Parts: sequence; structure tokens; C-alpha cells
Amino acid sequence: MKKSDTLRGWALASPLALVLLAFLLLPIAMIMVVSFWQATEFAIVPAFSLENYQFLFSSPVTYKVFWATLRYALITWALTLLIGFTVAYYLAFHIRSNTAQTALFLVCTIPFLTSNIIRMISWIPFLGRNGIANQTLIGMGVIEEPLEWLLYSDFSVILAFVHLYTLFMIVPIFNTMMRIDRALIEAARDNGASGWQILANVIIPLSKPGIMIGTIFVLTLVMGDFITVRFMSGSQSANVGRLISNDIALLQYPSASATSVVLLVTVLLIIGALMRFVNIRKEL
Amino acid sequence: MSRMRFSRRSLLKTGGAALAASALPAPMIWAQEIKDVTLRQFGTGVSNLNEVAQKVKEDLGFTLEMTALDSDSVTQRAATQPDSFDIADIEYWICKKVWPTGNLQAMDTSKIKNYDKIVGIFKDGKLTPESVIAQGTAPHSVGFVEGPDSKSFAKEQTQWMTLIPTIYNADTLGIRPDLIKRPIESWAELLNPEFKGKASLLDISSIGIMDMAMVCESMGEIKYGDKGNMTREEIDKTIAIFTEAKKAGQFRAFWKSFDESVNLMASGEVVIQSMWSPAITAVKTRGIPCVYQPLKEGYRSWGGGIGLSKSLNGIALDAAYEYINWYLSGWVGGFLMRQGYYSAVPETSKEHMSPNEWGYWFEGKPAAEDIANPFGDVMAKAGETRDGGSFYERMGAVACWNAVMDENQYMVRKWNEFIAA
Repeated sequence: MKKSDTLRGWALASPLALVLLAFLLLPIAMIMVVSFWQATEFAIVPAFSLENYQFLFSSPVTYKVFWATLRYALITWALTLLIGFTVAYYLAFHIRSNTAQTALFLVCTIPFLTSNIIRMISWIPFLGRNGIANQTLIGMGVIEEPLEWLLYSDFSVILAFVHLYTLFMIVPIFNTMMRIDRALIEAARDNGASGWQILANVIIPLSKPGIMIGTIFVLTLVMGDFITVRFMSGSQSANVGRLISNDIALLQYPSASATSVVLLVTVLLIIGALMRFVNIRKEL
Repeated sequence: MSRMRFSRRSLLKTGGAALAASALPAPMIWAQEIKDVTLRQFGTGVSNLNEVAQKVKEDLGFTLEMTALDSDSVTQRAATQPDSFDIADIEYWICKKVWPTGNLQAMDTSKIKNYDKIVGIFKDGKLTPESVIAQGTAPHSVGFVEGPDSKSFAKEQTQWMTLIPTIYNADTLGIRPDLIKRPIESWAELLNPEFKGKASLLDISSIGIMDMAMVCESMGEIKYGDKGNMTREEIDKTIAIFTEAKKAGQFRAFWKSFDESVNLMASGEVVIQSMWSPAITAVKTRGIPCVYQPLKEGYRSWGGGIGLSKSLNGIALDAAYEYINWYLSGWVGGFLMRQGYYSAVPETSKEHMSPNEWGYWFEGKPAAEDIANPFGDVMAKAGETRDGGSFYERMGAVACWNAVMDENQYMVRKWNEFIAA
């Protein structure tokens, strides 16, 4: 009996384990290996060389680009958290009927029925020099000259990120909020807590796992992005993803792999640090 | 045999059989077999046109499968996946990069019927006997190898050609005359502060660096030994000048794909930028004025050709030679020239163009009546002349060919710095 349970346990776990092994661990191992190889103009040479890492860590571009990537991630994170939390709070605590809640939640997901590249690119004619935003503002007499910084700037990159990724904040936060026992809020109110005190001492601490999951989603998505930065900055800004994609385009796979490994380690470190604040598994 | 799908293996087998058959006096079987051949061609979008594949089917009977990719992907595929194609339609600078991998095979010029009529640019490098050879990866310098298995390029014409030239053109800056409102004559205008926030450059390092060099040289800032093969010091200086301009907000955006360049120009985000000839046409067909501005320092030119995969042999190889001979026999040339490109054998293309089209595109004469491209879009109204004039005026004023440098890796790193700056 005991033995068959163990067997069954292994059997049940093995499909996922095999899938992860084949499609996650092996590719990452391959990337690690290739990152030590060398490349010439047109060929990749298996070797064990630290040259790729040496170049990466000695180039000021690397630090600049990693910092730029991190900056995009932090700003996007702060904005998506603010918006996501507010929307989730409204959905969870202000909408009383279940039907309305579900309906409004679905409304949040409607933009995601189209491709995210389309959603991103549609900002371009809107924000352009002769775009709708500038024309409207000029028509209203708010500005005289079109605003140049609306498009092909850090502003447009972050705008697109926030637009694309806020839902990834809303969903997990909404989910944890829905599971907060309403009696706790009533008890807090009965004991004389103000609305802000309830928010700060009851709702935020209990929403932490959701916030953390949303944070992980947003950070990893922004850190790994290259296409949004390329289109919305008009190729004028760089992030790590673009460094990697440039290397790949030029057949520099080993150097692209080395950059990927460093990016992976950076993201894992950030997530590791976040996990120390909140034990997601315990609180789920 | 007639409707059978070929695997590579069976193709080799029947290929061998056909070769044996053709050695014996039985040509009938051979003619049947060639209809079953499928050749897989890949290359950049410019010449990978479905119309060509259709016409091949009509004229030659076999099937040509086309895949269009951007130039980076083309290089990558030619270098790393030799079995994924039979015919590579690549640019000459890509050839310089890819040839040493041994993935392509040299072509025997004695099997090329119109070889003698190919423009001099692709043979000895000279358009006319008096021409000076431009800087960069000039097509003739990577056009020949010493022998069928040679991996290094020959200094002069040999019997073994790397690529059969198919298409080429001279590139310059595109401008919006309605927004600039004054004549533009020099590459230096790209960095003129007058166009602050309204200039663009293409973000393909190997071509972008050339446009940069044309600009820096015309500003009098740098004198290059060879713009197509810069020294580290020259690269540093060039990138420094452009980084400064970028930080000052000279550029609105950089573009990587054809469509991006069209949108930047058509929306008025940009009024002066590096551009490709069909992109100008695309802007114009939207009714927006756009000029492919000839500049006094000359053009940055590019050329493409078709190369054969190393693994091509037997009947498929014969089919490929037939395809090449057909390519140079005029129909494709006319088709491409009516879109504003040049054909490697202009005199055969002439037969496939009306005198008016030939006059407008090749001779630089005013159009007698409206000029339409092969798809029916009007490219020029009666009375207009081509920007830059005739074939000899345009191709005779080439300052530099698209190139790949010895210091390419260094240049790419510097380019990344420029983009990140």
C-alpha cells in the first residue's frame, strides 16, 4: 500500500517534471554552456572562455543598459501597483453584486483579447507629432506647439508598459482581496479604525501575496521585454532584451547567452529578495 | 513520377538517376523530371516576389518556393542552416560574411548564357572603362573565387562566380520637400540642427555606419581611408559625432524595417532620413510628397545576387542553372526595373519594358505618359523625371558600397553603445 502510494506520487509528478526538464532546464543549461563559447563573424566555436563575461562586465554599456532596464521595471512596477491595487480594491470592496463584479472583471480583460503588439503599436499614431493627442490639445488651446516627448521617449515606453501589464497586477491582487474575511474589516471598524487604518493595517497586509505575485509578473515581463522598448522609444533607448536581440541578429549567440545568463541571475536575485518579505506559499 | 513529393533523399536518388540518364542519349526523361523539382529560395523582401515564382512555373515548369526575411535573418540562415535552402538571394556584403562558411557553391560562368552582357560593376568593378571603383564591399571584389571549392575571393574575374547579380540600386537620403521647403544638396544636412528632432537613421549597424560615414565625411569632420573598411579610430570618431547629435535630440527615432521608415516619413515625424527607394514610392503613393534626394557626395549603393547551396546537385542543380539563365534573360529584369531597381543585364530587360518606361527608369528622360509599376500603381506622372537621372548618372555617382568591415565586431559594439547612449 505504502509503496504503491510512493509509486503513484512519482507517476503523477513525472509528466510535469519531464516537461520542465525538457523545455525549461535543458534550454537554460544549453544557454549556460553556449555563454562560454566563442563566436567569429559567421561561426560558433565550442570552447571554455570567459571572454563573453569579461567583455560584459568591463563594458560601461552593460551597466548603463541594466540600470535602464531596472529603471523601466521599477517605474512600471510602481504605476501598475498603484493602478492595479486601486482597481482591485474597487472591484473587491465597492462592487456588492457578484454578477457586476464578474462582469467588470471581464471588462478589464477585454483589451487583452487583441495581440499586445497591436495594442502597443496603436499608441504610435495616437501620440505622434500630428497625432490625436497633440491635435486635441492644440485644438483645446492647451498647447501651441505639438509635444515632442509624447512619442519615442521614456514616457511612451512606460505608458505602453503600464497599459500592457496592469492586468497582471489586478488579477492576483483582486484574487487575494476576495479571500479576505469581511468579518475582519467589520471588527476593525467596530474597534474604531478609520478607513485609512483599515487599509493600512488589514487590507494591505492581507493582500501581500497578491501584490507579490503581481510584482513578480510585472518585473519579469518588463525586464525581459525588447519589442516594446524598440517600438515605443523609436529604437532610441536600449534595454537588456534589445542587447540580446542585437547580438542574436549578428550571430553572436555566445555573447547573447552570456547577457541572458546575467539577466536571468539578476531577475532571480530580485525575486529571491522579494520572497524573503512574503512567503507566498504559506499565505496562499 | 509526375505528382510525387520529393524528400531530399529521393531527390538525390532521382537526381543521380537523371544525371545518368542525361549522360546517355535520352533527353526526354530529363525534361519530364525537371518539372518535379522544387527549389527553395530565401532572401530579402526586395526581390523575393511571388510574381517571379509564378512566372518560373509558367516558363520553366518547376516550382520555386520563396521565403522573405530581413537581412540579419538572411545572413543567419545562410550561415547556420545550409540545408534549409537551395537558392540564397543575398546581398554582396552578406556574401562576404557567408562565403567562408562553405555553405554556398561557386557557379560556372560558362553555363551562364548572358554572362558577357552583365554590367561591368559585377565583373571588373567598372561601370564604364573610366569609372573609379567606389569604397566598401564592391560586388566584383567578392564576386569570384579561384576554383569551385575555394573559400577565398579571387582578385579578378575567373570562371567561378559566387553570386549571380540580380538586383541593385543606389541609396541616398529621403526628404519631405513640402516640410523642408529648401533645396537639400549634401549628406551633412542629416545632422543640421535645423532638423532637430525630425531626422532618422536606420538601425542596421552595417548599413547605418555607412550613412554615418557619408555624413561625417561631407561635414569635413573625418577623412576616411575606406568607408567600407574603417579603422577603430575612424569608427570611434564617427560614432562620437552621432552620439553627440543623438544626445542633443537630433533624431526622432531609428528604424529597422521598411514599414517603419515609411510611417515615420508619411506621418511627418521625420523630414529627412536614410531611406530605401521603394519606401519613397510607398510614401508617394499615399499622396505625400517625398523625394529621393541626389546628393553631391554621391550614393551609398547595394547589390544582391543569387547563390547556390552547397548541397544542390544533380537535376536540381541543372534546374537552378536554368533558373539563373532565365533570371538574366529579361523578364525579371524588366519587372524589377519598373519598380525602380536595376537589372544586372539591362539590355535584355529593355525588351520587357515600353520605350516610355525604359526612358524614364533607365535613361532619365521625362515620362511621356504616366509611369505605373508592375502592380498598377502610378509611380510618376507624365513629364516627371526620375530623382537622380539616368542609370549612368546614378550608378556612376556611387561613393560607397554596403560593406562588412574587418573591424565589424568592434563596430557592432560601438553601435550598441550609440543606441544605448
